[in-house]
Amino acid sequence: MSAHVAVVGGSLAGLRAAEQLRSAGHEGPITVFSEEAHLPYNRPPLSKELLADEGEPTADDLHARVAFRRRKSTEDVDFQLGVGVEQADLAAGTLQTYDGQTHEFDGLVVATGLRPRRLRVTGPEEGRHVLRTLEDLIRLRGQVRPGQDVVVVGAGFIGCETAATLLKKGCSVTLVEPTGAPMNRVLGVELADAVQRHHEAAGMRFVIDDGVHGYGGGDAVAEVQLASGGSLTVDLVIESVGSVPNVEWLEGNTSLDLSDGVLTDNSMGVVGADRAVAVGDIARFPNPLFDDVPRRVEHWSIPTDTAKRAAQSLQAMLSGGQAPDAPFAPIPSFWSDQLDLRFQSFGSPSLADEIRIDEGNLDALTDGVLATYLRDGRLVGSVAVNLDPARQRRLRDDIAALAP
Amino acid sequence: MHVTVDMNLCQDHGQCAIASPAVFQMNDDGKLEYNGNPDDSLRDEVEEAADVCPVQAILVED
Repeated sequence: MSAHVAVVGGSLAGLRAAEQLRSAGHEGPITVFSEEAHLPYNRPPLSKELLADEGEPTADDLHARVAFRRRKSTEDVDFQLGVGVEQADLAAGTLQTYDGQTHEFDGLVVATGLRPRRLRVTGPEEGRHVLRTLEDLIRLRGQVRPGQDVVVVGAGFIGCETAATLLKKGCSVTLVEPTGAPMNRVLGVELADAVQRHHEAAGMRFVIDDGVHGYGGGDAVAEVQLASGGSLTVDLVIESVGSVPNVEWLEGNTSLDLSDGVLTDNSMGVVGADRAVAVGDIARFPNPLFDDVPRRVEHWSIPTDTAKRAAQSLQAMLSGGQAPDAPFAPIPSFWSDQLDLRFQSFGSPSLADEIRIDEGNLDALTDGVLATYLRDGRLVGSVAVNLDPARQRRLRDDIAALAP
Repeated sequence: MHVTVDMNLCQDHGQCAIASPAVFQMNDDGKLEYNGNPDDSLRDEVEEAADVCPVQAILVED
C-alpha cells in the first residue's frame, strides 16, 4: 500500500514528522503544506544571532544560516511552500488549500504550530513588531538602529532574549510586563526577581505590573500609553505576549477538541479522528511524567520528541501494524541565552507549588544557580543558570526517573 | 559514518552529550569533545544528537 500522508505545517514539527515517517517505515508519498515561503528553518537564532548580526545579509543569506539540513530519506518529500491549508475534512480525507486546490490524503499530520498573539489596542500599526518568522525578523532588522528607544511588551523568555539582544546592539530597551517579574510563571518569583535585578544592572529597564493601554503617534508608533496613565517614548515596539494555536483550518471537524490546540492521546493520535496525529506545540497531550492532564508544551525540543512517537502511531494506523504501547513520556527541556546568563531547564517548573534554591547565590547569577521545583513534595522540574553543561545529564536523569 | 561539528556554531549546550554519550562528551572545561568516526551501530543516537543540537552544528555523513 502506498498511502499518501499530508503534513500541514512546514516548520520544525512538519520537517521532523516527515523524517520520522520515513524512519517508521512509511514509503508512500508525503506532501508538506507550508504557509511559509522558506524551507524549514531553526527559529531560536532569530531573536539572538540573526537579530544581533551587524552586516547587511539578504533574506536568502539569513535563511541559509538557519535552514535545517535535508536528510536523504526526505529528498522525495514534496514541500509546497507558500501554500496554506484553508480547511480539511478528516473523515473524507480531503483538504483545500488557499489557492483553491483540493488534495486527498490517507493520513494527516497536524503541525501548524502557533502564531504570535497581538494586542488589541488603539493607535498606529506601523512600528509594531512581532518576532516569530524570518519575515518578521527581516522587517524588524530593516527598522532597528542603535540608539533607538525600544519597548518590548511581555517579559517572557522570547521577550527577554529579544530585549537582551537589542540592548547589546546599542538600543535603549524597556520591558513592559503586566504580571510580575520577568519569566516568573516558569522561574518562580524569587529567581525572576533576581534575574530582573541582574538585567537592570546591565541597563535594561522594566515596567512591571503595568500594561499597554494604547499607542500614540502619527503614521508610526511614537508613544506607548500605559494602563497606569504613564507613557514611554519609543521608536519601535516589539510585542511578545504569547501565542495562539493555528487550528482554524480544522474547525469544520466537530469531533475534535480544539479548545487549546489539538487534543491528542498519549501516542499523539488526534482524539476524534482515525488517521491523524498532531506534532509540536499545537498538540495537547498528557505526559505521565507528571499526571494525566493534557497540556501543550511550547519548547523547542517538543517537535522532535513528539514527531517520533506520532510517526510511529500514524504508520501503525495506516499499515494496520502494531503501535508502540509503552507510555510516551518526553522530558520537557528548554534553554535561553540572555546577556551573560544561560538558562537550562528540564521538566515542568511551572507546575510547582514549592521552589528551592539548591545552589548558588541569587545576587551572583553568573557564578551558577540551581533551582529545583516541586509539586506536593515531588520533583517536577529544574532550572540551572550558568551551571557546567557536564552536569546536565544528571539533572535530566532526575526528571526521567519520574516516569511511572 | 562520519561526524563533524561546526565549532564556530557550537555553543556548548551539551544536548548531544545527553543524546549520544558514547560519541559526544563535555570535558571538565565545559567544552565539547567528540569522536568523528563512530561505529555505524550508533547511527540512531548520533542522528538524534544532530536533531537536538540547538544551533544545528552537527553534520552526519555516510
